[in-house]
Amino acid sequence: MIRVVLPPHLRTLAHVGMEVSINVPGAITQRSILDALESCYPMLRGTIRDHDTKQRRPFLRFFACGEDWSLESPDHPLPQAVAQGTEPFLVIGAIAGG
Amino acid sequence: MSKVRVLVGTRKGAFVLTSDGKRERWDVSGPHFAGWEIYHVKGSPADPNRIYASQTSGWFGQIIQRSDDGGKTWIQPGTPPGEQKTPQQGPAKGESNKFVYNTSPENGGRPLTTHQWYDGTQHPWEFKRVWHLEPSLADPDTVYAGVEDAALFRSTNGGQNWEEIAGLRGHGTGPRWQPGAGGMCLHTIVLDPSNPKRMFIAISAAGSFRTDDGGKSWRPINRGLKSPFLPDPTAEIGHCVHRIAAHKSRPNVLFMQKHWDVMRSDDGGDSWREVSGNLPTDFGFVIDVHAHEPETIYVVPIKSDSEHFPPEGKLRVYRSRTGGNEWEALSKGLPQSDCYVNVLRDAMTVDSLDSCGVYFGTTGGQVYASRDAGNNWAPIVRDLPAVYSVEVQTLP
Repeated sequence: MIRVVLPPHLRTLAHVGMEVSINVPGAITQRSILDALESCYPMLRGTIRDHDTKQRRPFLRFFACGEDWSLESPDHPLPQAVAQGTEPFLVIGAIAGG
Repeated sequence: MSKVRVLVGTRKGAFVLTSDGKRERWDVSGPHFAGWEIYHVKGSPADPNRIYASQTSGWFGQIIQRSDDGGKTWIQPGTPPGEQKTPQQGPAKGESNKFVYNTSPENGGRPLTTHQWYDGTQHPWEFKRVWHLEPSLADPDTVYAGVEDAALFRSTNGGQNWEEIAGLRGHGTGPRWQPGAGGMCLHTIVLDPSNPKRMFIAISAAGSFRTDDGGKSWRPINRGLKSPFLPDPTAEIGHCVHRIAAHKSRPNVLFMQKHWDVMRSDDGGDSWREVSGNLPTDFGFVIDVHAHEPETIYVVPIKSDSEHFPPEGKLRVYRSRTGGNEWEALSKGLPQSDCYVNVLRDAMTVDSLDSCGVYFGTTGGQVYASRDAGNNWAPIVRDLPAVYSVEVQTLP
């Protein structure tokens, strides 16, 4: 199971806690995780990435194992620790507003 | 006994205020969707338990919420609430927040992908949020959405899916539309109760437009408007219309609060004349019409376009019983010193009880109500987040 940590507003929207565990088929990448996340929680469609282009929303970032993966290819394999479920994939909302 | 339900959208959530027909004691529920900007909440005239809400965020984008039980519970239309244990089969649902501009020649006459930007260059149309939701007068599942960047969308399945009414952007003047200070938003939708094919909309800062054929074709209805900031002050489009209101019994009579000027049309928008009369300032955002007196209208004058608060720090609603020009200040119960709030364009409404109730919300978080058509006012709540919108449902 892949662990995904969501920002507070998306937890409310999906009616879940801080972290969800999902089955992700195939290679573990940003794209495959987000595809599976949106399939399990369709209310999150459009809130993390654009419906059609799948572009990341500007004020969100993706982290794993202490690294910012936001600018990497969405098809780049994520660290083994994420694939093995020992580390979560984090969706982070930018801190803004002062 | 009748009841009223006031639906309030704020910068940090939605609130539902309820009272019996006396409108003396109020129950407050909320915040719903806490922490999110709620641009508008409005109930269906055809089914008062059906309520639509526009929930939006700079981080997470647009969400459409729907209640089928008068605001007690909410769903994203087409999306099962709660966690799904297994991935669903087939295409994912959850498209109630998908607003895609229609650029096909078939629907709009021609592709239209840019509008005028602040510097005069052309800029791509980019969806940002839903400003206004206008449920159909007859069908609870049909609802219109006015969005930024300015366009009109319609759902006929209770908000599950949205389709642009592309004839508006495609009718010809779209490339000359430009954003106002608040963005290029379609913020006003007025449905004609006597003619389901006729609709009025307003855009900042493009002006007002009308369709007579259910949205297939549109034309600007801005003759008589004067905007000195425009190179041509009487141009066909480019006017910063803030709000349009009409009485249901006289859909040909329209009242407008423009950036500056309060205007009136007696021919369905074909021509306008100024009725600012003795107002202390004719800048403002809201305008509304008494539920039973078609010539009685309300505005809240704001000092200027650079000072968005009431003149002299005195919050006053102005009422005209003559359809404009002659205005009286209504201040009893409203703060008359040191008041520097604003009243935004969607934040005034009227109920339809025998003694017409008038409601408005402020950027200071107060929602004021008058049970007697504006003679006396009292706050329902004082300390909400900044109020974006106020609507009321009169219930049996």
